[in-house]
Amino acid sequence: MEGVMQTDAKMRTESGAESSPRAPGCSLRHFACEQNLLSRPDGSASFLQGVAEKSRERLIRNTCEAVVLGALHPRTSITVVLQVVSDAGSLLACCLNAACMALVDAGVPMRALFCGVTCALDSEGTLVLDPTAKQEKEARAILTFALDSVERKLLMSTTKGLYSDAELQQCLAAAQAASQHVFRFYRESLQRRYSKS
Amino acid sequence: MKETPLSNCERRFLLRAIEEKKRLDGRQTYDYRNIKITFGTDYGCCIVELGKTRVLGQVSCELVSPKLNRATEGILFFNLELSQMAAPAFEPGRQSDLLVKLNRLLERCLRNSKCIDTESLCVVAGEKVWQIRVDLHLLNHDGNIIDAASIAAIVALCHFRRPDVSVQGDEVTLYTPEERDPVPLSIHHMPICVSFAFFQQGTYLLVDPNEREERVMDGLLVIAMNKHREICTIQSSGGIMLLKDQVLRCSKIAGVKVLEITELIQKALENDQKVRKEGGKFGFAESIASQRITAFKMEKAPIDTSDVEEKAEEIIAEAEPPSEVVSKPVLWTPGTAQIGEGIENSWGDLEDSEKEEDDEGGSDEAIILDSIKMDTREVSNIGSQDAPIVLSDSEEEEMIILEPDKNPKKIREEQ
Repeated sequence: MEGVMQTDAKMRTESGAESSPRAPGCSLRHFACEQNLLSRPDGSASFLQGVAEKSRERLIRNTCEAVVLGALHPRTSITVVLQVVSDAGSLLACCLNAACMALVDAGVPMRALFCGVTCALDSEGTLVLDPTAKQEKEARAILTFALDSVERKLLMSTTKGLYSDAELQQCLAAAQAASQHVFRFYRESLQRRYSKS
Repeated sequence: MKETPLSNCERRFLLRAIEEKKRLDGRQTYDYRNIKITFGTDYGCCIVELGKTRVLGQVSCELVSPKLNRATEGILFFNLELSQMAAPAFEPGRQSDLLVKLNRLLERCLRNSKCIDTESLCVVAGEKVWQIRVDLHLLNHDGNIIDAASIAAIVALCHFRRPDVSVQGDEVTLYTPEERDPVPLSIHHMPICVSFAFFQQGTYLLVDPNEREERVMDGLLVIAMNKHREICTIQSSGGIMLLKDQVLRCSKIAGVKVLEITELIQKALENDQKVRKEGGKFGFAESIASQRITAFKMEKAPIDTSDVEEKAEEIIAEAEPPSEVVSKPVLWTPGTAQIGEGIENSWGDLEDSEKEEDDEGGSDEAIILDSIKMDTREVSNIGSQDAPIVLSDSEEEEMIILEPDKNPKKIREEQ
């Protein structure tokens, strides 16, 4: 007996307002998400956040494979379809977030939730979280991490550019701090969805 | 995934309901579902929802050389994709018929009706023209894809702004959006498709069929019209025989519907224009209804990264020192180098088929093996290794000992 589950995530990376110069200090852009917005797939979510294709697909797939409890659904294919609506920077992180929310919406059993956070290091070594497209282009290095929700451990990392290992650890620590916010966002949006009021 | 078949009782139920002038969602025969149009932050990006059917439209432009037989006209390119998320039956290999039909209809509706002024897209006659590309993605399939797609296409085209160009003699200057405001496309009229589904050999008709109704219909009539009541395209499929007065009646209904839809589109475009001018927030993030229980927003959140540096230093201090760096490479012949020494295979018994993987033994070996594989000819007896361990030539031999000079021979043998 075979089963197929479809989980689709529509994802948009946008900040809503235009790209005003980011104030010093790190901040995550405005988030919004909508769940269960498509009627045909089993679960769907839309996540908006302030060769590449194949490699991104592989990264997302590996992250999902690490958390999804596949043993509970033998002989089942879980398809995650992601549609980029618009790209305003931090695309991979947004894809990861959307994939996680869609998997939750579909009811796929997972051992943890995961989230994606992108850091950019500019030429002076300043760390910027959740960079816009412009900041990404001018950055010296861009690091994207996927962190899990249980102990904020690292599930996946992909980096581009030049950085020292001290900077790597700094980015990772900053990403862990940021992931707390993302997980709080997940929790609140799910609470709202399943609330009775 | 194969489409779940429609059960006979469901089919009978739908047809009986239609005979009694009832629709599953409570609409009247000529009623359209709710149309919702939202715009993204970029110009030319919009999502149209017709009930639950959702289409994403994106317009982009590029400067290219014109076609040889139309040297003064710009190029329009339309593409509708049925995303796999729209319906389980839409798999990458499988959707050809429907896809071709929809694409063809969309092209006829938008290109042949000359709704976009292609002459205005010419920059330098015979050399540079604008190529406008409209990409439509179906995100959710709940019936009547063609209507939603045509609305999305025309809305995206109306919303799109192309960069401003100026030509002075031989010089063409392309201004970025920061230098000069981008310019909207020149659109003569807005053709919109209206679909009519026929049941029981043309006895009953429904406007804007949803997915279930589409499954049980006999035939489909699509009329593309603009608000001036000019028919741009008309297509009847399914082999139903329609009477002349039926077609005329449908075109009258289409005229009324197109007028309503065009008003809606104009209002949506104006609203978006207003919001952008006033500097308010626009984009998909804003259009998510905050009242809906399935939607949630969070404002910009500052993250405290003041202790990041200390944490990082702690981690580095506690971490083990990195493993010893590899020794310098030794150059044997041009194009062949060796880094490190061969090591004992620690993988245990392995099949021959996995020899390739064995060859990647230690990470130190990877580099050397690549260069060796490329130079199997050149390498004969590399280096001053000690008496190499002789392995049998048998392909069944499972124990493999990695010695740099052994590998080239092995590779040749495998061939």
